[in-house]
Amino acid sequence: MEKIEARDVNFYYGDFHALKGITMDIPQNKVVAFIGPSGCGKSTFLRLFNRMNDLIPGARLDGKILIDGQDIYAPGTQVDELRKNVGMVFQRPNPFPKSIFENVAYGLKVNGIRDKKFIARRVEESLRGAALWNEVKDKLDASAYALSGGQQQRLCIARAMAVSPSVLLMDEPASALDPISTAKIEELICELRSQVTIVIVTHNMQQASRVSDMTAFFYMGEMVEYDDTRVIFTNPSKEATQNYITGRFG
Amino acid sequence: MKKIADKTVRWVLTASGFVTSVVILLIIGFLFTEGAGLFGEKVIEEGYVLAVNKDNPVRVLDAAQIKAVFDEDMTNWKEAGGPDLPIETFRLEDMDEYFTEEQLGPQYENAGTLITSLVASSPGMVAFVPESMIPDDARLVFIEDCNISPEEVFAGTEWYPTATPAPLFGILPLLAGTLWVSFFAILIALPFGISIAVYMSEVASERVRGFLKPVIELLNGIPSVVYGFFGLIIIVPLLQQVFGLPVGESGLAGSIVLAIMALPTIVTVADDAMRNCPGALREGSLALGATRWQTVARVVIPSSMSGIASGVVLGIGRAIGETMAVLMVTGNAAVVPHSILEPLRTIPATIAAELGEAPAGGAHYQSLFLLGVILFFITFFINLCVEYISSRNRAKNS
Amino acid sequence: MAAPVFPKGYNIKKRRSQALAFGMFRILSISIVLILFAILGFIIYKGAGVLDWDFLTEAPSDGMTAGGIMPAIVGTLLLMAGSAAVAFPVGIMSGIYMNEYASKTGWTVRFIRLMTNNLSGVPSIVFGLFGMALFVKYLGFGDSILAGSLTLGLLSLPLVIRTTEEALKDIPDGIREGSLALGATRLQTIWKVVLPMGMPRIITGLILSLGRVSGETAPILFTCAAYFFPQLPTSVFDQCMALPYHLYVISTSGTDIEAQQPIAYGTALVLIIIVLIINILAGMLRKWFERRLKIK
Repeated sequence: MEKIEARDVNFYYGDFHALKGITMDIPQNKVVAFIGPSGCGKSTFLRLFNRMNDLIPGARLDGKILIDGQDIYAPGTQVDELRKNVGMVFQRPNPFPKSIFENVAYGLKVNGIRDKKFIARRVEESLRGAALWNEVKDKLDASAYALSGGQQQRLCIARAMAVSPSVLLMDEPASALDPISTAKIEELICELRSQVTIVIVTHNMQQASRVSDMTAFFYMGEMVEYDDTRVIFTNPSKEATQNYITGRFG
Repeated sequence: MKKIADKTVRWVLTASGFVTSVVILLIIGFLFTEGAGLFGEKVIEEGYVLAVNKDNPVRVLDAAQIKAVFDEDMTNWKEAGGPDLPIETFRLEDMDEYFTEEQLGPQYENAGTLITSLVASSPGMVAFVPESMIPDDARLVFIEDCNISPEEVFAGTEWYPTATPAPLFGILPLLAGTLWVSFFAILIALPFGISIAVYMSEVASERVRGFLKPVIELLNGIPSVVYGFFGLIIIVPLLQQVFGLPVGESGLAGSIVLAIMALPTIVTVADDAMRNCPGALREGSLALGATRWQTVARVVIPSSMSGIASGVVLGIGRAIGETMAVLMVTGNAAVVPHSILEPLRTIPATIAAELGEAPAGGAHYQSLFLLGVILFFITFFINLCVEYISSRNRAKNS
Repeated sequence: MAAPVFPKGYNIKKRRSQALAFGMFRILSISIVLILFAILGFIIYKGAGVLDWDFLTEAPSDGMTAGGIMPAIVGTLLLMAGSAAVAFPVGIMSGIYMNEYASKTGWTVRFIRLMTNNLSGVPSIVFGLFGMALFVKYLGFGDSILAGSLTLGLLSLPLVIRTTEEALKDIPDGIREGSLALGATRLQTIWKVVLPMGMPRIITGLILSLGRVSGETAPILFTCAAYFFPQLPTSVFDQCMALPYHLYVISTSGTDIEAQQPIAYGTALVLIIIVLIINILAGMLRKWFERRLKIK
């Protein structure tokens, strides 16, 4: 069962050809990692799945991306509905300048849920799901900025999971965090895989090998290799992949 | 040699660095000395006295009472705490009614004694006459002339700076006029200002923005007399027609003109604040399925609230201090307004309209400086508010 | 975990409210453009017929019901020049001090900035009062171009300081260090490197401050402006006419409205033309400067 299918995707920022003919399938309820050196297009590719690149002026896409068999770039697609279904966690924690509770409740409220009891229950579930509940349950009304960086990032994960998306995109979610917080995030990813399909961009190859089922290696806007994580890290078929994971460049 | 030059330059630069502070101090100093002088002035016009019969026990009248007496609003001494006796007033202009020209003499040399005996013979009379004219006479006494008191000024509801014998300097009608006009101006400007700022920073394409921005700057650059002129020619007659007013010059006309003038300030500052809202917050909201409008309303506006607030407060400051446009369209009636559709008068307009006619050094002149002091402190306070809001904002962002 | 059930049709609702809100913002924004064009268009339409060579070069005559506005134009230009002579040197030096000499975190800079911001918020009529008390009365200049220029100069000082400071702030420290490392003194660095780099932006700000001065009325009411002074001033101790004051006088205390209204439109048009020229000039300068930066 394929969750996301990309068909011959080309992407341009103005004249710059950022993604070159990428075709890949992402299976349901798996964790897929995108690795590759900076500027290789892995983040750009990730942001195509919830049409976050729509915001960039002068950007252009060729090819097709399907989620659950639906072309998400087809005319008439409702972008907000798509984004509700495809959650995202960003490189730097970006909680809103609101209380912890309001941060998690935000996605529910902007999508029309009014039932206060349900929202309260859902906020608790999401915070538990992000392993944050015990740390914040006494200060739900405190500003989200009072939390540490790692806590903020888990809050952002809780916020994304509260609307129960079927895909979660993570754009280097641990790159701004210390090792202990990173470990917690990785643990969380492993727990979440039963609920959602996770696509994670990472610079950290150990992280990719620890959390992902499958790994794609990007280089200069091309997808060089895509396979089971085990295969990529033990027996890659391409020399470029081999060089990258052994640290010869990147 | 080079070192000395460097040092001199350093000193000159440092000195010019403090120029604005010195100017502020000088403004405070000059305005204060002149303005505070008002409280050293006597209630009754200089050189004049109010003479009453010695049997009249009333010795003290405040400025408002004096005005009431001479306007014939107060007609019996018991209202001023005296006996039940009708009040008769006497001014120099009334002389012809009481005395013939022969009695007065060719140089009016007999006027003093005549008036003295007149007052001495009429127990209810109060005469407003030059002090030098009245000979010492036990049959009449002078009403005690007190200094103009702060309560009369700050709590007085009547502004008649040229009234005789006692001018009234109650600033409340002017203060009320200023606040009314500014309040309505902001009420009008606020929805426009915020909408335009949101439109420019969040909705419009770069091209539309590139067009709107100079428009707003141009609006800011148009001189206030031109706004006043436009208001006088277009808005005043329009209001007169729409509301069926006796005169179109009204508080509302002032508010509309001020709203247009305060708009650029509000828009520019609010637009800056919203553009400074981090893109990560916007993305975070959009990624949860929020529409752009939800993102703006629930994330961008709340997180740039302090910047927007500074813009609004600066706009209020601009509205309160604006002189010419308001002077031209508000009708300049110095009464506490009951409705925004009536003519009213603001503090700056009063200064501009009256300073030219007030004799330098007199009570009227000083009262206008006092208005300047009040205006200065209102805007000073507003600026401190802006400073406070933006410093708190800086602390929050770092 | 109970998955949220989102109300059906809410996406349509929220999109509709977005269309409504953004539509309203657009309408309000368009209306402000219309207001500007209404003001400009109206004054241009009414004033264009009046504006000719005689109007610009003749003095008012027949009790200001005929003739031109030449003395007012000259007066305004003189006041602009005079205020520039006061505000530009002091303001630029003050801006240099703030950015190049004073310690960035010390109390002096914060204090000066606070005072400068406060001064920029002081209403123009208060400047008028102050100018009258200090220059006209205390220093005994009388109602004169000198007193008016000084008052207007102080009024535009905060704007000049702020533009200078902002222009210099954007020059990277590396450039200063580069010059100092070559053995230049601080003064040489400022004079030869920093100021030339900041100049285009400073000039833009100065031009805009001139625009502000050209339209101010309240500060010159009691320091300089003459109701009627048809000959040209010969010394800085003369009074002069000025465009904004002339417009005020003619439109509020006119004696013959029929004859004077065209003069008022013409005066307003000339004022607006000055403001337009100044804004366009500043805009072009800014664009030119930005383009030059990009090439680098």
